[in-house]
Amino acid sequence: MPEATYLDANELVINMGPQHPATHGVLRVKLRLDGERVLGTECIIGYLHRGVEKIAENRTYVQFAPYVDRMDYVAAVTNGMGYCEAVEKLMGVELPPRAQYTRMILAELQRIASHLLWLGTHALDIGAMTPVFYTFREREEILKIFENYCGARLTTHAFRIGGLQYDLYDGFEKDATKFCDYLLPKIDEYEELLSTNRIWMNRTKKVGVLSGKDAIALGVTGPVLRGSGVKWDIRKVQPYEAYDKVEFEIPTGQNGDTYDRYIVRIQEMRQSVRIIRQSVERLAPGPIFGKVGKVIKPPAAEVYHSIEAPKGELGYFVVSDGSTHPYRVRVRPPSFVNLEALDIMSRGHLVADIVAIIGTLDIVLGEVDR
Amino acid sequence: MLQNVLQFLNDHYLILATIKILIVFAVLLGIVAYLVLMERKVLAFMQARLGPMRVGPWGLLQPIADGLKLLLKEDIVPAGADKFIFLLAPVISIIAAFTVFAVIPFGPPDKGFVISDINIGLLFILAVSSLGIYGIILGGWSSNSHYPLLGALRSSAQLVSYEVAAGLAVIGVLLCANSLSMVEIVKNQQAAGIWNVFRQPVAFIIYLIAAVAETNRNPFDLPEAESELTAGFHTEYSGFRFALYFMAEYTAMVLVSAIAVTLFWGGWLRPFASVHWLNFLDYTPVVVFLGAGVVVILGSIKNPVPGEKLFLFAVAGLCFFLAVVVAIPPVNAWIQGVFWFVAKVMVFLYAFIWYRGTFPRYRYDQLMNVGWRVMIPVGLANIIVTAVVIYWWSKPHAAAAATLLFR
Repeated sequence: MPEATYLDANELVINMGPQHPATHGVLRVKLRLDGERVLGTECIIGYLHRGVEKIAENRTYVQFAPYVDRMDYVAAVTNGMGYCEAVEKLMGVELPPRAQYTRMILAELQRIASHLLWLGTHALDIGAMTPVFYTFREREEILKIFENYCGARLTTHAFRIGGLQYDLYDGFEKDATKFCDYLLPKIDEYEELLSTNRIWMNRTKKVGVLSGKDAIALGVTGPVLRGSGVKWDIRKVQPYEAYDKVEFEIPTGQNGDTYDRYIVRIQEMRQSVRIIRQSVERLAPGPIFGKVGKVIKPPAAEVYHSIEAPKGELGYFVVSDGSTHPYRVRVRPPSFVNLEALDIMSRGHLVADIVAIIGTLDIVLGEVDR
Repeated sequence: MLQNVLQFLNDHYLILATIKILIVFAVLLGIVAYLVLMERKVLAFMQARLGPMRVGPWGLLQPIADGLKLLLKEDIVPAGADKFIFLLAPVISIIAAFTVFAVIPFGPPDKGFVISDINIGLLFILAVSSLGIYGIILGGWSSNSHYPLLGALRSSAQLVSYEVAAGLAVIGVLLCANSLSMVEIVKNQQAAGIWNVFRQPVAFIIYLIAAVAETNRNPFDLPEAESELTAGFHTEYSGFRFALYFMAEYTAMVLVSAIAVTLFWGGWLRPFASVHWLNFLDYTPVVVFLGAGVVVILGSIKNPVPGEKLFLFAVAGLCFFLAVVVAIPPVNAWIQGVFWFVAKVMVFLYAFIWYRGTFPRYRYDQLMNVGWRVMIPVGLANIIVTAVVIYWWSKPHAAAAATLLFR
């Protein structure tokens, strides 16, 4: 915990969480306060630890796939995608284009869903109670598409190692485009409610400033890093699937404050819509599975593969000993790393800002604790 | 017989006042209970959902269920709390909120629509309503818990600073009306033929913002900011004591709306009261009751549950009956003042709910900045400008100009 900057012995130590309306799950933050000013924060995590990485060692590669969905449970599709790709990389499997584009469409839909959930709860934390209902209404449409595709809404287990379990259902393309047309005006609506709202700007501008240098030093990724003005997106710098074949931009902020991160995420939703539209156009009939055997048995090797999950860089380090079970799986969850930035971002701010900062980091405790 | 009763009541002022107090108290309780339902419904419609639908048709009996639930819950006093003050605090809050209604004129005083018209009405309001802060501070402090303490500190700072702004805004009205009596202020607007909101627009806006802040409503609901302080000063309260705080908050909403209507929106006066060709507006109450009846009838036709259908038919019948009653000329004349007063208060209450559905929450320091750096200087400037203008107009040569403008 950092040293006090005031010569006042009357510090107030407050426990925020693990049961608190604004800590998004079971995060416990120990706040040291001088009045309402925050002198330091300490995150205490582990309330949702399930030993996912250890479980991996006792499961086959195929059996472990559903477990990763439970890490970032609001973005299960991207979790599964990262894991499947890591194992595929280990085995040197190439995916047919149809599988690649399907994965991209679903992953981008999931990104939008995750950002919508973030937007609603973030706004709710700052006191605007209406956006959360609007964003959940839109998110519902995405979940319906997931449900039609694989039968599950939240923990989808949508992909299999080497390709897809199911081919797309009839009318998927229409549903995806229809959703894109439906979403864009809704995003404008959110922006109307918040972007130029004086109170919203007061509450988010110059709050939780994270310089690009600090962000890189802390290993922060995703919209939090891009909000600080660093143009870094795994989809661009290490393209996976077919992200190098579609056009999209990486929105970045300038000041690294909460407002910039908000704008970045809003813009990312628009970019995701662009990616979905292009991918839907390129969906051609074809096989949905690459060349994998009946038994997933990668050669003895290790691989690190990372993808751009909605919350940042989601990395899987998989060590294989040549058997059907992974020797070790290590996950690099974006939320866990991003949470590190909380202390730097919140020092000197007021209690109310802590809530805004936790919201803007967009953490999911299932992923932090694993 | 009736004559005798009225004569008796006139002679025994205390009995008359007691009856009035009881009526006002009961009606207010009903309004407050249904205000909660209205808030939930209006918010729901703004947020693409339905709101309470289970208890009674359209959730119409929800307030009763809520009240019963809170009554039956255990009244917990946390260990280490200052018990006496802890138990006393919510009572202070609600007493302060209700007492102020003693001087609010709901309608023309000659028809008996005010409990007591005291000549320092406005001072009385400021004095008593600021007592409500004690309920919040003491409640937060005596809970012996961190979050309530922070909430109480916030609200004391917030209420004190916004009371100043509200007071300054009110002075502008005082200068216009030349009186502290609420009745006189409305009569002055009647005489001037123009509501104070047009004579004192700046003061009105300041008062409106300060009123939202004083009632701890969004965007100034810091004392109970749910996402930051769990429930603020009433975190440790449960059962009916919590209900008292809750009622105090909503009563305060009704109260500041009533004050705003009296001071700025012409109190019980009909819109365009002095324009005679608009006299047909006197029949608005009839139209309102008829409209309500038609809406309820349509709803009851669509309602599949037989019991609820019957209930809604009864409500519609009541609405039509009331429509007929208020169409009777003497009743119509008698109901005018109170109808317009309630209608205007409703507009304000709707606005309160609307703000809650729309705005994010201010941060503590920003709230103080707005209060001290913007509202209070503007309020002071408004007083000075008003005073200068009134002084200038009171001179003989300016009186003619004033007459020209206001007649």
